[in-house]
Amino acid sequence: MLNPEKCISCRTCELACSFKHDREFRPSAARVNVVQFEREGISVPLMCLQCETAACEKVCPTGALKRNESTGALVVDDAKCIRCKMCVQACPFGNIAYDPAKNHILRCDLCDGDPQCAKFCPSGAITYVEACTGILAKKRAYASKFKEVLQEVTE
Amino acid sequence: MYGWVGQILRVNLSDGTVKKEALDPVEIQNYIGARGLGTRLWTKECDPKMDPLSEANNLIFMTGPLTGTMATNAGRYNVICKAPLTGTMAASNAGGYWGPELKYAGYDGIVFEGQSEKQVYLWINDGEVELRCAEHLWGKDVNETTDTLREETNINARVACIGPAGENLVKYACILNDYTRAAGRSGVGAVMGSKNLKAIVVRGTGGVKVADSDAFMNALIRARKMVADHPVTGQGLPAYGTQILINILDQSGGLPVHNFRDSGTFPNADATSGETLAKTYLVRNKGCMGCNIGCGRIVNVPDGPYKSFGEGPEYEAGWSFGADCGIDDLAAIIKANNYCNELGMDPITLGSTIACAFELYEIGAITEKDAGCPMRFGDAATMVELARKTAFREGMGDDLAEGSYRMASKYGHPELSMTCKKQEMAAYDPRALQGMGLSYATNNRGGCHVRGYMTSPEILGLPEKLDNLATEGKAGWTKTFQDLTAAVDSAGICLFLTFAIGAPEISEQMIAATGIDYTVEELMKAGERIWNMERLFNITNGFTKKDDSLPPRLLKDPIKIGPCKGSVNKLDVMLPEYYELRGWDSEGRPTSEKLQELDIQ
Repeated sequence: MLNPEKCISCRTCELACSFKHDREFRPSAARVNVVQFEREGISVPLMCLQCETAACEKVCPTGALKRNESTGALVVDDAKCIRCKMCVQACPFGNIAYDPAKNHILRCDLCDGDPQCAKFCPSGAITYVEACTGILAKKRAYASKFKEVLQEVTE
Repeated sequence: MYGWVGQILRVNLSDGTVKKEALDPVEIQNYIGARGLGTRLWTKECDPKMDPLSEANNLIFMTGPLTGTMATNAGRYNVICKAPLTGTMAASNAGGYWGPELKYAGYDGIVFEGQSEKQVYLWINDGEVELRCAEHLWGKDVNETTDTLREETNINARVACIGPAGENLVKYACILNDYTRAAGRSGVGAVMGSKNLKAIVVRGTGGVKVADSDAFMNALIRARKMVADHPVTGQGLPAYGTQILINILDQSGGLPVHNFRDSGTFPNADATSGETLAKTYLVRNKGCMGCNIGCGRIVNVPDGPYKSFGEGPEYEAGWSFGADCGIDDLAAIIKANNYCNELGMDPITLGSTIACAFELYEIGAITEKDAGCPMRFGDAATMVELARKTAFREGMGDDLAEGSYRMASKYGHPELSMTCKKQEMAAYDPRALQGMGLSYATNNRGGCHVRGYMTSPEILGLPEKLDNLATEGKAGWTKTFQDLTAAVDSAGICLFLTFAIGAPEISEQMIAATGIDYTVEELMKAGERIWNMERLFNITNGFTKKDDSLPPRLLKDPIKIGPCKGSVNKLDVMLPEYYELRGWDSEGRPTSEKLQELDIQ
C-alpha cells in the first residue's frame, strides 16, 4: 500500500531493496523507486503493483514470469528469461527495469512475503497489508476529510 | 575495500585535467573519511598560510565509509578547504543525496586544485568525467541552476552548486546540494566561486558494499530502532524539527536575544517555534538519504509579503533571523531562510551579522546614510531585504557580506561581533550554558555548535543532565563530545543520531561495514587525532591561546532576565583544565608526546 503524502523522501526503501537482492547499497538497481518532485515538495514511492491481469506476464515470450502462490507476486525465472525486455516495455507504470550491469530484470518480488521496503519505511508511506484492509484504511482517511468539510458546513 | 569505494577524483581547474587516484589504506584507517580524511589530504598538500580565495586553496569534497549505506542516517559528506571567514580549516557538513550519489558513481571524494579561467561545472556520469562550460548558469540561483543542469545532463542527477552569494564571494557563502541541503559554514561557497566552479553534477549507478552483510544489517537494525524509539529522534525532531528548541532554550533562559545584548528569554518566542511552524506553514517532513528522523521541514507561505515555498528554517536560522534580530514574524523568518537556500548563504552568520548591524545602528555607529535605511531590532521587512541584498553585495549588503567581525571593526566596534575566530556563534548563550561556551571558544573552526554539542547534556539531559550554570566537569565532557563528533562527521553519518545512539552502536556499524577493527577506543582516538590535526593547522596559521575566547560581552555583562539572570561565562576556569585534559601545554599547543600517542606526522 502506497501513501505518498507520508513519504519523507529518505529513500531507505531503495537501500533496503537493493541490499536484500544484491547485497550492496545500489539504489539504481532497487525494485522500488522514490520519484521526487523537489520543487513541489512531493515524493512518490513506486514499485510493481502486482497486477492481476499483468501485461508483463502476457507479453513474456518464454513464460519466465510465474505467480508465487503464497505472496501473489509475479517472479522472474532468470533461467527462462531471455532478456528481451518486452516486460519492461509492456508495464504501463514503468515499474520494471533492466539492469545492464548484472544482466537481469529488476522487478519487485515482494521479498518472499517480507518486503524490506515496507519493513524499513520510517514514515508509513509504504506498508504491506491485505489489499482490502489497505484500501478501507485509505478510504476512511479521505472520508474523514469529507466529514470535516461537512461539519464546517453544518456549523 | 568495503565501505569506501577506494577511489577519488583529482580535478585541476587551471589546466582542465582530471585524474583518478586510489585511496591510501593507512590514511583511511587513521582519518576515516569525510571531515578527517579530507582535512588530512588538504594539510598534506597545501600551505596553511595562503589566501583562502587564491588558487592554492584546494577544495575537497569527501564522503565517509558509511555514506550511502543503510547505516543510521548516512547521507552525509564534507567540504574541506581553508575558510575565507575565519582563516581556520573549514569542514562543512551536508546531507541530502549528493554524497551517496558520488559514491554510487565510484568515488569517495573529489579534490579540486587551481582556478578555472572560465566559468565551469563538473559532470560526473559514473566513469565519465568532464568539465563543461557554465557561463549560462552564472548569476542563476540554486533552484534554477539545479533544474537547468538536470535538464542538460540527467533528470536523476544530483547537483551541488553555489548561488549568487558564492559567485560574489560573500565570506559565508554555502554550497547547496539537492536544492536545499547546505555545506553551510565558514564560506566554502566563496572558495568554490573563486575557482569559477559553479556546480558538480553527479549520476552514479554503482553500489557500496560492506564487509559483513549480516553483521551490518543486524547492527543497523538495532541502531535504527534506538533512533526510532528515542523521544528526541523518534518524536521531537520528526514532529517539530530542530525548531522544537526555541521554546526549550527560551524556557531554560539560554536563548540569545538582540545580538546577545538582551539574552535569556524572548517575548513571544513561541510565535517562532517548531510547534507554531507545524500548525501554520509546514507542508510535510523531509529526510536525507536513508534517514529515519526526517527533521527537514517543507514549508509554504501561501500569500502576503513573504510568500515563498522551500525548506526550513531549522532552529539556528529560526533564531538568527528571529530572536537575535528581535523578530517574531515566522513568515519573514521563512522568507529570509529561503533567500539563504536560493542565493547560497549561511543563515547563522547572516542573521547574526544583521543583528550586529541593528545594534551598531541603535548605538549610532552605523548611520541611516551608511545603511540606506533605518535598521532597528524587530523590523522584519528590513531584515528580509538585507538578507537578499547581502548575496548581491548591494548597498549595506556589501558590509554584511563580510560577516559581523569585519563589519563591526569597520564601524569601530569589533567587540559587538558575536563571533569566535571571526565566525558567528549559534543559538545558545554561553552565559547560560557554560560548557557550550567552552565548546565555542575551543572550536577549531570558530563559533559553531556542531563540533561539541554541549547543549545535549546541559539542556536536554542527554546522555545525562548536567547543571548548565556549573563549570565542574565541563572540560572533560567538551573533549569527549568534540572527539566523538569528529569521528561521527568523518564516518559520513548525521550528528543527530548521537542523541539516541552512542559510540558502541557506531563502532558496531563501522566494523561490519569496513572490516576494520574500529573499536570504541579506536574511534575515539581517531576523533582525537582529527581534532589535534585541525588544531595544528590553526597553530601553524598563527592562532594562539588568545583566540580561544568569547566576545567580551559574554565574559563581563551578566544575563539580565530569565532563569540564568546574573550569569556570565567563566571560560578562564574551564580553559586550563581543558588544555590539560587534551594533553596540550598551558598555551594550548599539543605536546610532542600527545602527537606521538596519536601517531600524527
